[in-house]
Amino acid sequence: MNGWQAPRDSFGQTLVELGETHPELFVLNADVAKATKTEAFAARFPDRYLNVGIAEQNMAGVAAGLARSGLVPVMSTFACFAPGRCYDQIRQSIAYSNLNVKIAATHPGLSVGMDGAIHQSLDDLALMRALPGLVVLAPSDAVQTRKALIRAVEHQGPVYLRIGRLECPNLFPAAEDFVIGKAYTLRDGSDVTLIAHGATVQLVWAAAAELERSGVSVRVLDMPSLKPLDREALRRAARETGRIVTVEDHWLCGGLYSAVCEELAAGGPCRIRGIGVGDVFGESGAPGALYAKHGLTQERLLQEVARLLA
Amino acid sequence: MEETRIKELQRLAIAVRRDALRVQQTVGSGHLGGAFSAVELLIYLYFQRMRLDPARPDWPERDSFILSKGHAAIGYYSVLARRGFFPHAELDSYRQLGSRLQGHTQLDAAPGIEASTGSLGQGYSFGLGIALGNRKQGRQNTVYVMVGDGELDEGQVWEAVRLQSRLKLAGLVLIVDDNQLQLDDYTRNVNGAADLAAVFRAFGFHPVPTDGHDFAAIERAFAALRPDRPNVIIARTVKGKGISFMEDRIEWHAQKVNEAEYRQALEELRQQEVALA
Repeated sequence: MNGWQAPRDSFGQTLVELGETHPELFVLNADVAKATKTEAFAARFPDRYLNVGIAEQNMAGVAAGLARSGLVPVMSTFACFAPGRCYDQIRQSIAYSNLNVKIAATHPGLSVGMDGAIHQSLDDLALMRALPGLVVLAPSDAVQTRKALIRAVEHQGPVYLRIGRLECPNLFPAAEDFVIGKAYTLRDGSDVTLIAHGATVQLVWAAAAELERSGVSVRVLDMPSLKPLDREALRRAARETGRIVTVEDHWLCGGLYSAVCEELAAGGPCRIRGIGVGDVFGESGAPGALYAKHGLTQERLLQEVARLLA
Repeated sequence: MEETRIKELQRLAIAVRRDALRVQQTVGSGHLGGAFSAVELLIYLYFQRMRLDPARPDWPERDSFILSKGHAAIGYYSVLARRGFFPHAELDSYRQLGSRLQGHTQLDAAPGIEASTGSLGQGYSFGLGIALGNRKQGRQNTVYVMVGDGELDEGQVWEAVRLQSRLKLAGLVLIVDDNQLQLDDYTRNVNGAADLAAVFRAFGFHPVPTDGHDFAAIERAFAALRPDRPNVIIARTVKGKGISFMEDRIEWHAQKVNEAEYRQALEELRQQEVALA
């Protein structure tokens, strides 16, 4: 472990780094630069930065046009607006057009807490995963966010990047490379596989240590790449552990749990449980309290594992 | 523009309308009304105005055109084919399985198609992005974006208009194909009457009204564009233009011509051609 940091802070710093080496990088913001941490890029590279105002749909279209002209635009706003506010624009102007736009979405899921349901993007991965050709990434910590952003910018084609808001421990090894489409085995085990992305990776990491102490052999997969999925790692987990629990700050509909079920439904026997937000909207509350209410907790995770092992 | 050149362009307009009619008759679908209102504007752009090279559709110095009203593709494809971007015979594949000529335009599907459109309201934002990127990369080319007047219902257009009123990108021209009809009704009945020139002027634009079917008037309108202001050409057009029974008639948004109508339409175009000779 190497310290704590908010992924969005890492995103903002890495953007500036990339700006030095990638003159084609252009950053767009829809009037939330302080929150998405694109302010530093704006200060360092004012000629390659534009605040389009509170107009996410236009931002998506302008980003597509900038990509068409040969630049590499990073459009940034909250995950509730991109894709929520501009899904059709991402669908037609970016994904269907296969343009080289990077959609950087911060403040995902329940982590926005007190702002309430309207600002809680529990559907962004479902929407983005539905679009052909779009790479969908949800890195787990600040180190991985940095590396994922670098890979996203190097990747030729549209990428959706879901970026954590809250400070969290860095679990991703600093020496580890980031590869789009790859799952990372943080701990190997044979009884059950815990899979998470984003902020919930720290939750499964802590729960795995607890389970190991009680004699359960746990595999932990960090699955930052929702699309393309690491099919091989999933099939291996299904084959070798036969039990999988997914945990995510997203509706169960359309996110990691859906992706895992879709991938493994046709395979051999494997029992899969999903922990995430059910078929309800969020509400105002501290992020921790919301996580507790919706079962994004170690306690619930241990219960699910116990049920699978029974 | 010389009279002989005007006549050439007018003959082309007849040919494009004939193409669209024949393709719709063959394929069984396609939006003739909104395609026919845009024919002269498209021909003027592609045969008179834009800097382009059909042999090099990705030439970085080219001017770009974005048909934001993507349902007008049936006429647009004919213009692209006649300008030499792809074989004329390919028009018959329009809307067929495996075709490069999709029901609404798809970026780069065939040479010369510069945008994916059909979900309305997105083209001007896209064009603005290209124009901004061009400026940042030191290019002097121009991006032309055509929207329908009904398309102005979409709020995203006005998001982009406001941004352009701030950025004043010289290499970006908005063209409104103001045929006054949309799918359900007259535009004034759907979203209220609006003096478009006054509305755009209020946003800081330089509005240039023109007759969208008169090549000399169209040329004068483009000559009146200003380098220091965001420009919009408001072209008064007639939906279904060129075919008597289609003109300004709501049902010809996407209706298919029957055999008798097809023969009559072709006869009307033939007479227009005779009158030009």
